[in-house]
Amino acid sequence: MAAPVKRWSCVGKRWVLAYIDGGSRHGRGAAIGFTSRRKRGQSSVAQQPLITAQKSRKGEHEWEAVVGLEIHAQISSNSKLFSGSQVHFAAPPNSLVSFFDASLPGTLPVLNRRCVEAAVMTGLALNCRINKKSLFDRKHYFYADLPAGYQITQQRLPIAVNGSLAYSVCVGKKPSQVSTKTVRIKQIQLEQDSGKSLHDEPRSQTLIDLNRAGVGLLEVVLEPDMSCGEEAASAVRELQLILQALGTSQANMAEGQLRVDANISVHHPGEPLGVRTEVKNLNSARFLAKAIDFEIERQIHELENGRKILNETRSFDYKLGCTMPMRDKEGKQDYRFMPEPNLPPLLLHDTASLPPGADPQQVINIDWIRERLPELPSETREKLIQQYGMLPEHSFALLNEVGLLEFFQNVIKETRAEPKKVTSWVLNIFLGFLKQQNLTVNESPVTPSALAELLNLLDRKAISSSAAKQVFEELWRSKGKTPSQIVSEKKLELMQDQEALERVCHTVMEGHPQVVMDVKRGNPRAINKLMGLVRKATLSRADPTVIKKILERKLSS
Amino acid sequence: MLGRTLREVSTALKQGHITPTELCQKCLFLIKKTKFLNAYITVSEEVALKQAEESEKRYKKGHSLGDLDGIPVAVKDNFSTSGIETTCASNMLKGYVPPYNATVVQKLLDKGAVLMGKTNLDEFAMGSGSTDGVFGPVKNPWSYSKQYRGKRKQKAHGENEDSNWLITGGSSGGSAAAVAAFTCFAALGSDTGGSTRNPAAHCGVVGFKPSYGLVSRHGLIPLVNSMDVPGILTRCVDDAAIVLGMLAGHDPRDSTTIQDPVKPFTLPTLADVNKLCIGIPKEYLAPELSSEVRSFWSKAANLFESEGAKVIEVSLPHTSYSIICYHVLCTSEVASNMARFDGLEYGHRCDINVSTEAMYAATRREGFNDVVRGRILSGNFFLLKENYENYFIKAQKVRRLIANDFVNVFNSGVDVLLTPTTLSEAVPYLEFIKEDNRTRSAQDDIFTQAVNMAGENLTSTIPEPHAKEPEQLHVTSFSYLPITNELAGIIETFVVT
Repeated sequence: MAAPVKRWSCVGKRWVLAYIDGGSRHGRGAAIGFTSRRKRGQSSVAQQPLITAQKSRKGEHEWEAVVGLEIHAQISSNSKLFSGSQVHFAAPPNSLVSFFDASLPGTLPVLNRRCVEAAVMTGLALNCRINKKSLFDRKHYFYADLPAGYQITQQRLPIAVNGSLAYSVCVGKKPSQVSTKTVRIKQIQLEQDSGKSLHDEPRSQTLIDLNRAGVGLLEVVLEPDMSCGEEAASAVRELQLILQALGTSQANMAEGQLRVDANISVHHPGEPLGVRTEVKNLNSARFLAKAIDFEIERQIHELENGRKILNETRSFDYKLGCTMPMRDKEGKQDYRFMPEPNLPPLLLHDTASLPPGADPQQVINIDWIRERLPELPSETREKLIQQYGMLPEHSFALLNEVGLLEFFQNVIKETRAEPKKVTSWVLNIFLGFLKQQNLTVNESPVTPSALAELLNLLDRKAISSSAAKQVFEELWRSKGKTPSQIVSEKKLELMQDQEALERVCHTVMEGHPQVVMDVKRGNPRAINKLMGLVRKATLSRADPTVIKKILERKLSS
Repeated sequence: MLGRTLREVSTALKQGHITPTELCQKCLFLIKKTKFLNAYITVSEEVALKQAEESEKRYKKGHSLGDLDGIPVAVKDNFSTSGIETTCASNMLKGYVPPYNATVVQKLLDKGAVLMGKTNLDEFAMGSGSTDGVFGPVKNPWSYSKQYRGKRKQKAHGENEDSNWLITGGSSGGSAAAVAAFTCFAALGSDTGGSTRNPAAHCGVVGFKPSYGLVSRHGLIPLVNSMDVPGILTRCVDDAAIVLGMLAGHDPRDSTTIQDPVKPFTLPTLADVNKLCIGIPKEYLAPELSSEVRSFWSKAANLFESEGAKVIEVSLPHTSYSIICYHVLCTSEVASNMARFDGLEYGHRCDINVSTEAMYAATRREGFNDVVRGRILSGNFFLLKENYENYFIKAQKVRRLIANDFVNVFNSGVDVLLTPTTLSEAVPYLEFIKEDNRTRSAQDDIFTQAVNMAGENLTSTIPEPHAKEPEQLHVTSFSYLPITNELAGIIETFVVT
């Protein structure tokens, strides 16, 4: 029996994974029988996903995968989309439910201005055309956590359309081999979130929590311009950063503020698109990539074995690493869309169309929002590269961790150390410590000021770099102490007293005549041994370059 | 005292000729005495007496809240009332006590009105007879008038008098009967296709349907959101104008209410119709129109003409499509609005717990009557993906044409349309139930629902002055639209004098 051969693979490496587990799963592209093919319409991109196939009995057949995404981002707002209840994660069940949220008869929706502004901001940041008139619709289905029996959404005329999102994927083995890609954005629509059902199987009960019911969502529909899990995950990651930069969503996947459904199909190049499946409720970037790649391979396998792909909804089992058909979504739903009669059309203005004397509380000016858009992640990264001569991959890494960039910038403000030094300390040592202990930047025991002070000590050679690492460890352990305090307590400062250093060197040389002889006989490495001895004698408090100079002088005299 | 106008009673209260509590007790007495009419589902006696007591305190201190302070009112049982059961005459909402007041109810209470109770209706306001509610039909107070009884005796000897009572019309029949029986001075109804005007016509009271958006729907349990309006039922036009003045205006809780401030409604004392152009829509001369209604209609037109008004024939060419169009739009919104009644958050819940779906099905089967279930079924059919274009979209287009009919007529210089409200006078219950609800609704809404679809126009039903002229007992009324302050006064002057 032949060993299973991977017939499809994607070269892109995701940033998210690149810095977490280093990614080493892309060495299989060159197997015999695999061919590479460029994807339609993206010839300008340097390196393309590798689309491969096995020779089938009927001749050469390659597979191309097509991935589109529907992303639900919970809007970061004080109150819900159509009611005044507060929005909080992890509040006691059913504590944030207004009469409208519980769909009490006679209650009516009142649109939350903040949610509209968030949608406009997001639309502008994603290069969308903002519709000055958009409409709300009812989408009907019976579900226990959907109290009204319908969801208010924007099916016919959404608030923003025709945008694009640029994202980067790592295409080579080195992290510096970055390729920028673009995915088109079909539309952004405002809609209500549902409540949550908690199934208590043993007691055959379902418990309903309506805290989330009616929270504003931005549904961002990405066109099927992606071809593998890596690309999809990178696009989602970039969108996440944009939403966070805008403040329109906290976009925390673990807390369900960003949820992704993926539409996946495979086909032979040049042929019509295949039947697609939808994988629902992907709530981490890693599972998103895994689920998509699994589904692509599953579809290819099914088709090559003469089976058909069903247009179905599937879920991803992260424990088994595979997708499964969802039981309760088997029957095809007819959502019986209908215009929402309780909400007039949503009208937006720009400066040109603003009615004279309009109440600023009653109108939304797109131009006004555009002028106040904050800096987007791509601009921030470009600035970092320009300003600090940073490598692109380092600029990605700084933005990838919540709060890390701010931490970096605060350190930079307070230190005289070189930006490269700061970057290296923040990304290697500081981030390393955080990862090791599974902490977020906010939870760090080391403040930016402390790190800045430490780097200053290092910069003016008051301590050695190995001492600096010791100080950092101490800072991490004992909150509240300053680096200077630690340095003086642990006597870690470099010996600046030239005479004292000379004395130590002298003593060491006298104590090890054999090593001195070795040096004089021409063994260049022997000096390192002397340096090590001096370092030991000074408890690592001597600057190695200074020691080396003294030793060299003494040995040559 | 109970036969007086709102303004007269208000003056009497201010002058201390009667106290709010006395007034309230008089009404409570009449409510009990006319219990057989089945006008009320819930009589909120305790609440009413307490409110009256508070009103009395205000009058004593001289801090009256205005013309409505201490005035007994009733509210149709599809308006949410905080702490008072609100049933929509359905098993589905039996025992449901809303935690909030509808905006219109709150406004009445804020003005010191005394809430006597919640009035009967067709289940979820779906009907035109007030015969299809779970609490039984409402009887028309005029069934028990000397004139009507005399007439029945002449016609059919030996018939059981009790079974020959007249329907009130609907669906706000309870409110109309409550006002006609002098158990309150004003009542709230709702009007989606004629539900306020129709029972007003049959019960001989004023039924007023404000323009869509003039009065808040917040707290009104919806039938068709895009057509529903709270209606006002009173015994004279001036009373309706006073109540409208209290209710009209923007409500931040209802995004479909008008933003512009509303001017107060006052009726002029002098009526001059010289500059008035009255349109008679020729399409409303339906073959089913009874000869009595027809003769009243021409009598009214002649009256206006003789006083100097210009009366012309106009055309509303899409009238014949309006009832079927109304049916599609109404049932579609009904299907959607009724989706929330699943037995989970509130209302009836069945005992079946095999699965969530089984529970939904049984709850809704037990909770809704055939009429409601039938409309849900057809509405869902019209909204199916494969039918949406052919039914819903088409109906919306026809709705636009119907609305344009009215716009065109009013743009052509017509100030007001004069039309009948119903095809005939109120019919006996036994005759009414020979036809099913759908057939009846289609017939009875024929003159009324078109303006609901047009939306923008104000419509009013004016009673025949049957109290003064006994032979006009078989009440029929006329709709006028759009109605302005002056017009309302003119109309009242004409019809009453």
